[in-house]
Order: sequence, then structure tokens, then C-alpha cells
Amino acid sequence: MGLGLLASRAMRPIKSSNFRMCARYIVTKPELQSPESAAAEAPAQPDLPPRTPVGGARIHFPNPEDAIEVFVDGYPVKIPKGFTVLQACEVAGVDIPRFCYHSRLSIAGNCRMCLVEVEKSPKPVASCAMPALPGMKIKTDTPVAKKAREGVMEFLLMNHPLDCPICDQGGECDLQDQSMAFGSDRGRFTEMKRSVVDKNLGPLVKTVMTRCIQCTRCVRFATEVAGVQDLGMLGRGSGEEIGTYVEKLMTSELSGNVIDICPVGALTSKPFAFKARNWELKGTESIDVTDAVGSNIRIDSRGPEVLRITPRLNEDINEEWISDKTRFCYDGLKRQRLNDPMIRGADGRFKAMSWRDALAVVAEVAHQVKPEEIVGIAGKLSDAESMMALKDFLNKMGSNNVWCEGNGMQTSADLRSGYIMNTSISGLEKADLFLLVGTQPRVEATMVNARIRKTVRATNAKVGYIGPETDFNYDHQHLGTGPNTLVEIAEGRHAFSSAISNAKNPVIIVGAGLFERDDKDAIFSAVETIAKNGNVIRPDWNGLNVLLLNAAQAAALDLGLVPESSNCLESAKFVYLMGADDVNLDKVPNDAFVVYQGHHGDSGVYRANVILPAAAFSEKEGTYENTEGCSQQTLPAVPTVGDARDDWKIIRALSEVAGMRLPYDTVGAIRSRIRMVAPNLLHMDEREPATFGPSLKPKCTQKMSSTPFSSAIENFYMTDAITRASKIMAQCSAMLLKK
Amino acid sequence: MLARVAAQRLHEIRQAFRLSPQASRSFSTALNYHLDSPDNNPDLPWEFSDANKEKVREILSHYPSNYKQSAVIPLLDLAQQQHGGWLPVSAMNAVAKVIEVAPIRVYEVATFYSMFNRTKVGKYHLLVCGTTPCMIRGSREIEDALLKHLGVKRNEVTKDGLFSIGEMECMGCCVNAPMITVADYSNGSEGYTYNYYEDVTPKRVVEIVEMLRRGEKLPPGTQNPNRIRGGPEGGNTTLLSEPKPPPCRDLDAS
Repeated sequence: MGLGLLASRAMRPIKSSNFRMCARYIVTKPELQSPESAAAEAPAQPDLPPRTPVGGARIHFPNPEDAIEVFVDGYPVKIPKGFTVLQACEVAGVDIPRFCYHSRLSIAGNCRMCLVEVEKSPKPVASCAMPALPGMKIKTDTPVAKKAREGVMEFLLMNHPLDCPICDQGGECDLQDQSMAFGSDRGRFTEMKRSVVDKNLGPLVKTVMTRCIQCTRCVRFATEVAGVQDLGMLGRGSGEEIGTYVEKLMTSELSGNVIDICPVGALTSKPFAFKARNWELKGTESIDVTDAVGSNIRIDSRGPEVLRITPRLNEDINEEWISDKTRFCYDGLKRQRLNDPMIRGADGRFKAMSWRDALAVVAEVAHQVKPEEIVGIAGKLSDAESMMALKDFLNKMGSNNVWCEGNGMQTSADLRSGYIMNTSISGLEKADLFLLVGTQPRVEATMVNARIRKTVRATNAKVGYIGPETDFNYDHQHLGTGPNTLVEIAEGRHAFSSAISNAKNPVIIVGAGLFERDDKDAIFSAVETIAKNGNVIRPDWNGLNVLLLNAAQAAALDLGLVPESSNCLESAKFVYLMGADDVNLDKVPNDAFVVYQGHHGDSGVYRANVILPAAAFSEKEGTYENTEGCSQQTLPAVPTVGDARDDWKIIRALSEVAGMRLPYDTVGAIRSRIRMVAPNLLHMDEREPATFGPSLKPKCTQKMSSTPFSSAIENFYMTDAITRASKIMAQCSAMLLKK
Repeated sequence: MLARVAAQRLHEIRQAFRLSPQASRSFSTALNYHLDSPDNNPDLPWEFSDANKEKVREILSHYPSNYKQSAVIPLLDLAQQQHGGWLPVSAMNAVAKVIEVAPIRVYEVATFYSMFNRTKVGKYHLLVCGTTPCMIRGSREIEDALLKHLGVKRNEVTKDGLFSIGEMECMGCCVNAPMITVADYSNGSEGYTYNYYEDVTPKRVVEIVEMLRRGEKLPPGTQNPNRIRGGPEGGNTTLLSEPKPPPCRDLDAS
């Protein structure tokens, strides 16, 4: 008798008389036949206190009819179809121990730590890989489940070295915590432990492979999220190990995240090695400023020193990853710092002086020049408060030549939709086609690139790219290198234009590197034509985006930091650089007086006459708006260096010395001034969408040049004053960048 | 009190048994990472031969075009036969290129299976079964005899390049344990053979090695002249007559 026949007989609810032919009856219980009826028959639930899901997680029901009910320790929970047993337990507020399971990676099911007992199942089941079925009765605190966990723990600890006292993961180690909670207090293993050769993964990730428990989280992360297929599981049985087989560094811009997802101390931070224990650190929830994404970070500091930076969860921006630049730039905060006001003497050398004298010198020079000869440039790391103060101060002096570097000289801040990411970063996941114009998201905004990759992987979205040859970690079509291709698409002569019109949710991302081009308006009007033809902007979908490069850009444009004349720098006599290091100062006349206010002795200092030391992002409270228009705040984690002050305070003091007192004395007061100019900057952690689309824009008459687009960022690891001062970033650019 | 004495005694017994001659644990597979050497590094060119390219196409035709990676094991096997019994890293890269996956995915497979040799082997690669039944029947002695006779270590090639010895997991001939396998790469992938020699003794394996050296053909299978294949020594002892049919109840009776 075939198996299929047996099964079909077993399924048959009525027992016919000729069924007796079979020597053995197959008994079927009604509740096995229809789990729904069993659930309905379940006795009335006892009064259980309501439970909250683990981590305050919210459950999203894509389809309300698909909700099923399961019982976790007798407590009924409603979950959407397709949830695993582990997710059901989390909804019920039961935290299941796990090593290999990670909510953002595929399910491996190889650590076996998440074993739970399920009624009518002969063995404990691995809850992370088991789909929850209607009426399932899951038991997480029975002797069977406890014994299973203890057994798994004992197996895991068999080959795990007992070197917690010298392990950097100590104190934040999943294995340590879970063996305390679920393990036995003694082991029975008396044989030799195995040892594994350490791998060299580059200057960021330290490996102690003997500690590895083969959860394969790092392999899955590298393959699925980072998109570099370098890591793999080699060998088998007790000889199994994680490695690259051939000697290879991990050349991903997201490699630092494997440190966070490693549940043991096998992958730890190389720069942070043996520096501190995690319980000694003070965590400050802050914002990253090295790119325009505004990743949410936690700055861990001890005393006056920033010791490491780790990501914070923000589903809308960075999920739970951050780029290597964000994570490891912190040692730049300790080098090349400006700690005293200084003035350049006749011999060309800087001399330290007091704040009072320095401000007096600056104020005097500022009054000697004509108002239109005054120019102010905000740097790429400036916060909104200081940019507001700078603009107010310069306006009071009679000049309106103030802008933020990276925004170019012919910026228009009139339409907010023209410079922010209108789709929003999390909205990119709904897209089914991307057109990247002059932007290399992998180096310009790593977290946006991770989102695009996630979308491409999930929905096979098409990606078209116009720009210079560059690296992508997903499938893409290289359409062309310059504006000519753009015009072809706009005029419908290119094959990709029909792809855009056929797409349901097309997304166009324009790089902010184009802001510096002279034919910027013409390029933008071509992009808008494509958007119009492709129906990219609809009431329910806005797919026209600008991807900014710097943390300060969006807020600067919101505050109206736009230069009055585009060639003011050539005639400038008094230049105020507020942390601006990437402005081309060759055009500034030799007799111009340059004030550099900033925290690092970077390129801006070479031309400066006076240096005013300011606080870095880790030392001040400042508002930053990211590329999608979400305002967020940094908080001071460490004290400022030397005599440095907050940027806005310096300008406020200078205005008083110059006799043009700005009317604010506190952060609160300057924020109420910001509220008058750009109220959206004060809606913290909220994305403010742009109101008007590009349809209001006047018709563009500019000629487009055919020069190909250039890449906006040469070296991913060194883009601003902090990262250029960082030794780790220098190592990365030496070892990891492709030559 | 009694329990403590008993526990102590048990511990002593355990300690006595723990002193095994092997100081370190041995693994059946070789190193799990690659070390560059003149005859094995990623810069060496490697390609399937023209005859094998035809075979590659044939192998790939067994799988749907979007699941090319399923062909990894047959292709690695083909590459190994072509390269004289072992897989240099450039051969694995070539396979990765054919099936359009990242090289690491191929390395993962090649390191998993002990049948893929990632270091040079001899023309005759002798694999001694090391699994429990063979071990009980003396596979350790057989390996020692081979190693001593050829004067090499495990996974090392003799100076003349003819022989190398490795260990293998159970090959399913436990009834004729102990056994060795001879993978013969002397005739390339066309004349490749893979033969089992069962019921071997330390003396017999040395004879086999010498016969192979002389190029003599010897029939595979049991080396015990008194046995026929898996049958018992000296002829059958059971099932001497036609077996009786199993008892069955009377189907006509109602």
C-alpha cells in the first residue's frame, strides 16, 4: 500500500466497512483533523494578566482575515498567518533564547537554542523555523523546553573557550547571558576543546574564531544585507568554521555590523579591542553626521573620551545597521582638534589668544569691509542652530552671501521637494524601479543603498544608473555616463523610458553632487520631464528624490542659506568659514580676512587668519535634518575640548562684540527663532514631507552641457574633517579601497 | 558518604580512560582554508578541457537554467578528475564561474565533502575507511601499514607522485570491513575508476599497493578468497533452500 493511499485513508473522516481489510486501524483524533475546532473547544481561558510583546513590537496584519490564534503558555495571541512560533512567542511577551535567529536575516535554524515544546509534537521544535499553525499550543517553560535548552547550551559550551575575562564581548554577550539564564551550572565535557585559526578580515573587525559557535549570522549578513559574498561556512562537523577560504579582507562598507550581530566574541571591534568594558560606558543617544542619512547612533563614552559608536534602532532610517564610517570615525574626534582661539601672526604661524581678544579682532575687521564683501559659509557638519545664527549675524551685518558647502552657488531653496528625498527612505521599499542620476548611493549614503538593495532583493526591482563607472552591490543597468542619456530618456528615445512608464512605483534619485554643476537647472528640468512622462509624481506616490551628501545640507536650505550672488567669493574681503573645509578657497583674494570656526585643523585652517575653536557633534546639542526631511537631535556625550564653545554661542558672542547683538541667549531662544523660519526643524524625529511638487517651478531655459557626471565622493572613508583626522579611516582607505 | 566515594571512584576511572594516545582531535577533512603555493593559487589559469566542456554542458542540462548552482557537486567532481584527483583553488573558481555563484559558495561545498581533495594527491589515492565497523576490524592497523610501507604521512604524496593516503567515512561495505578505496586518476577523467577493496589485511594492502605500482589489474571486491562478495566465509550458512512464503491469513474467510 502506497504512502499516499495510506494518507488519503487517514484523512477520510468516515470509516467504511471495507476499511477492515487493513490489519491495523489508523486512529485519527478529531482535533488532528481540524485544528480550528480544537481551538474552539478549548476551555475558557483563565484570567491571565495581559502581556506586552517583547520590545514593544507592533504587529502588522497585512490581511485581517489571515489572523490565526495560537496559545503561548496557555495565553491566546492573535498573529498573522506566516509568523513563526518564535514570533508568536514574542507577541505573547515571551522572549525565546536564540543565537542564529535574527529578525532581519534569513532563517537558518542551526543553533537549536530556541527549542520549545509544542503540544502533540513528539520532540521539542526549533521555534525560529517552525511556522505557527492555528490552535498550536506552545509551551516555553515546561521541563522539556528547559531541559532542551540546557542540553543545547552544554553542547555550545563544549567547544567555546572559557575566556570571558579577556573577551571584549564580556558583559554584552548573548552566550554569556543565556548560559546564565538557561544553562547548567556545570559541564560534563572533559575532552580537548577545539581551536580555530583566526582570520584577517581587515582593519575593522577583529576575529577570535575559536569563540565562534557557527550561528552563521555573519555569513547571512554579508550575503543578504551587505551584498559581499566573502564569508562562508567551511568544513563540516566539529571542524566546521567561518571563513573566507582564500585570504580576503571584508571590503564592505557595512562590515562593522557583523560585530553587533555576532552573539559571541568571535567578531569584535578591532579599534575598540581591550579599551573598555561595556558597563563602564555612558551611552548617549545621538545622530550621525558623516552623511546626510542621519543614522541613529549611541555614542558610548567614558569620561571625556568617545570609545565607540553603535547603532540605534530606527526602522525609518537606518533599521539597525550603520556604515563603517559612522561606526569607526570616532577616533577622529581625538586628533587634530582646535582647542584655543588663535590668530596668525606676521610670520605665518598661529598664536593662541583669549576669546575676548580673538572676537574683538574679528569684529573689528568685519566692520572695516563693505557689507557685500562679507561672505559666510557653513560647513557640512553644521547644525541648524548655528546656521541660523550665522545667517542672522551676516544679515545684520548687511550681507546675504551665506550658504552651506555642497549646495552650490545657484541653489534654489524655494521648493522643498527639490532638495529632499520625497519618497522617504523606508518608502523606497515600495518601489519597483530605480533610476539613479549622478549618484553612487553606496558611497554617498550607505544606508539608503542598503534599503535599495533590500528592495531589489525582495521585489527584483530594476535599477538604472547614469553616471561614471562605479561599484554596486545589486543588479543594475548602466545606462550612460552623462546628461545625454538623461535627455534620451526624457525624450522617450531610450529603452528605459518605457520601463519607467510601465513601473508601478518608479523612483528617481538625483545625486546632490549635481548641485555643483553649472547646468544644474537644465539637468533637473530634464529629470522632471522624465518624472512627468513616467507618472512618477502622483497623489499617492512621489518618486522624485534628491539624495543629499552632507548632514547640514537639508537644514541649510530649509533655513534659506542661499548666496545672493554666485561670484561673491571672488570679491570677498571677509570670509567666515563655519567648519567649511571643502570649499575651494583659491578664488578668495589674498587680502581677504578669513575666519575659521570649527573643531578640526583641516583644510580650512590653512587659509585662516583667525581660528575660533568650536564643539564637534558629539559635544553639543544640535538639530540636523536628514536627506528625507526628518529632523533629529544630537546630544552632548563628552565635554568639549580645551576652550572650544558651541558654534551658535560663538556667533552670538561675536555679534555682541560687533555691536549687532543677536536676540537669543539660550538654545530654546534660538529654536524659537528657527520656528519662525522653518518650523519643521523643530518637529523632532518626524519626517516633514514637502508640500508642493516641481510643477510650480518656472520653465528652465538653461543649456545643458554634455560633460559626463563625475563622482561626488572620491574616498568613502574620508569625507569630512572628522573622518579625515581619523587613523582608522586612513587605514581603511589604504587597505579596503580598490586601487 | 557512600555517594561521594562512588563519585570519586567514577572520576578516577574516567581519568584513566581519558588518556588516549591521540593528543589532539583529528578531523577527516584537511585544512579549512587555503594557503597559496606554487601549484595552487588563484592566479593560476584553469579551464575545463574541450572534452569536459561538452560534459559540463551535459551536466548543466540536467538542471533548470535558474538553478545552475545545483550542478556544483557534479562539476567539482569533473574538475577533480580532470586535474588528477584534486581541486586547486582556481578550479573551484572556474566552477563558480560556470554556475554563476560567488566563489565562496563553491568553497563551502568543496570543504564540506571529504571526497573533494583540496591538496595534491597521488595517481592512486588510497582511502582507508575509518568509521566504527572498519575501525573495530582493524582499519587503524591497515592505515599504519600503508603509511609505513609508503613512508608518508596522511594526505601526503609519495615522492614518485603515485600514491597518497587519506581517510574516508563509511562507504557502506561494513559487512566486508575493513576496506579501502582506490581512486585511480592515472588515466584522466576518461579512464577514472573508483574501486573498493574489502576484507583487507595489513599484508594484503601492501600487496595491493605493489600490484598497482606494477600496473596490474586486480578485481575489486573482497580480498578474502574464501568469500563470495558479501557472503559468509566458506559458503552460505542460512537460506540454503527456497524460502517459505510468509504466513498469510485466509483472505476468503469472511
